[in-house]
Amino acid sequence: MSNPRDILGPQRFSQSHAAPKLIPPNASVTKRYFIRVVTGVTSLLTGMRVTIGKFFDPRTTVTQQYPENRDELKMAERFRGRVVMPHDADGEHNCTGCTLCEKACPNGSISVLNTKHASGRKILGKYIYRLDSCTLCNLCIEACPFGAIEMGTEFELATTRKEGLVEILNKKAGRL
Amino acid sequence: MSEPAVPSALEPASATETVAAPTSAIADWIRDLCGDQEWLAWVVITLIGLGALAALASVSAMVLVWMERKVSAHMQLRLGPMRTGWHGALQPMADGLKLLFKEGLLPRTTDLFSYLLAPFIPMATALLALAVIPFSETWQLADPELGIIYVAALSGMSVFAILIGSWGSNNKYSLLGGMRAAAQALSYEISLLLVLMTAVLMSGETAMQAIVQSQEGYFWNWWLIRAPGVGFIAFIAFIISATAELNRAPFDFAESESELTGGFHTEYAGMAFAMFFLAEYVHLLVAACLGAVLFLGGYLPPVPALAFIPGPVWLLVKAFGLVFLFMWFRWTFPRLRIDQLLNLEWKFLMPVALLNLLAAGALRGWGWL
Repeated sequence: MSNPRDILGPQRFSQSHAAPKLIPPNASVTKRYFIRVVTGVTSLLTGMRVTIGKFFDPRTTVTQQYPENRDELKMAERFRGRVVMPHDADGEHNCTGCTLCEKACPNGSISVLNTKHASGRKILGKYIYRLDSCTLCNLCIEACPFGAIEMGTEFELATTRKEGLVEILNKKAGRL
Repeated sequence: MSEPAVPSALEPASATETVAAPTSAIADWIRDLCGDQEWLAWVVITLIGLGALAALASVSAMVLVWMERKVSAHMQLRLGPMRTGWHGALQPMADGLKLLFKEGLLPRTTDLFSYLLAPFIPMATALLALAVIPFSETWQLADPELGIIYVAALSGMSVFAILIGSWGSNNKYSLLGGMRAAAQALSYEISLLLVLMTAVLMSGETAMQAIVQSQEGYFWNWWLIRAPGVGFIAFIAFIISATAELNRAPFDFAESESELTGGFHTEYAGMAFAMFFLAEYVHLLVAACLGAVLFLGGYLPPVPALAFIPGPVWLLVKAFGLVFLFMWFRWTFPRLRIDQLLNLEWKFLMPVALLNLLAAGALRGWGWL
């Protein structure tokens, strides 16, 4: 159940399933009464069908038995763990050192320290990320125009050393 | 689920010709032991019966609490308790221990007498109602001639617990819950009684044992099926009004977690709360057993060939099926508003139950039953 939308099954709220207008505006009181009884009962039965289906279908369960299934645990796609910078096979990343993320960060958790390439142009030197002051708000990821950073799925972030919470995300300096 | 050991202490008249069940043997043995002192045998047998009843009530309440948690969890795509024992089977024990160790708080402004009295009423009425439920031909603590009227009276009693408790709490939310519960109980009691009277009309009996015996044979002799249409409508009306009587969602106006912060038991803590909580589930069992006795043939097997499975098992299977139905309702249906609740009773359920009673009378009068 990585995608929360999957839980609900196929979209049930399409146009064809919109509530039909069963009670004509000029219906008599008696007719209204009986129409309401019938529609009420059918809607209750529909609800009961849904819940019993979920009850007997173990695949719909979203609860994770966490410490036991740690090895095969699949995190949701949109889970917000710590900020990571993906590196490709050659060890390169997409960060240009534009500092948009640094400006977007409300806590000052990101410091982009740029350096000078031999050609004289500015490139990324150190991308410092401070998990201790990060609220995992996702604003830096939204600000990044290059997709250089993203929210990781790691969530076991506890540490006994304060220094472990400050990290340099890039493995090597930026390229031209 | 341990089997209920309810000896037939008072020896119902209809049970005299049946084969002696093990519990009857116990009763006979105690009678032999006491010899001439019949009063002593009576006292001992009654005490054993009451103890068995209390044990049944507490064990079944625990099972039901666990079942409720698991059913609700799986209907809401959760797993529920998984850590305490196999699939959380020991969770009710843990709950009970926690409640046992909690401090019994006594708010300063309560009306002490009614505040302390209220938690005992629901448990008492539940146990009293359980006493007349026939688990087999002989496993029944008492079989009064007017068993159904007795149960109806007790179900009416249970609202007093809510009213007295909410008044004694001296809390406006509690009192609101109590007042709503009173309005609800007054309304739904009518259709519940009409349904019970329908069952009485169909079977022509008022004693519980005799009602069960009137459904002897195959499952199409059960009143749910045997009375064409009438039995089914009566069953549906029974389920609705029983849900209301039990104060369960979608009719949980006494509690109203969302708007009254718990309603009548807001001010209760520790064991006092546990009494309310457990009694709620014993009441659930009683209502389910009552539904099984009236409409599903009680302890009788669906086909006589299955009679080798003892009666209590059949009754509990049927009762737990109904309990599942109640839980299914609770975790599916949206809650009603108070005016919707009263409209449902007075504009729909009561007329239906009344017409159904008339139909049952007509069927009876024409000799079709």
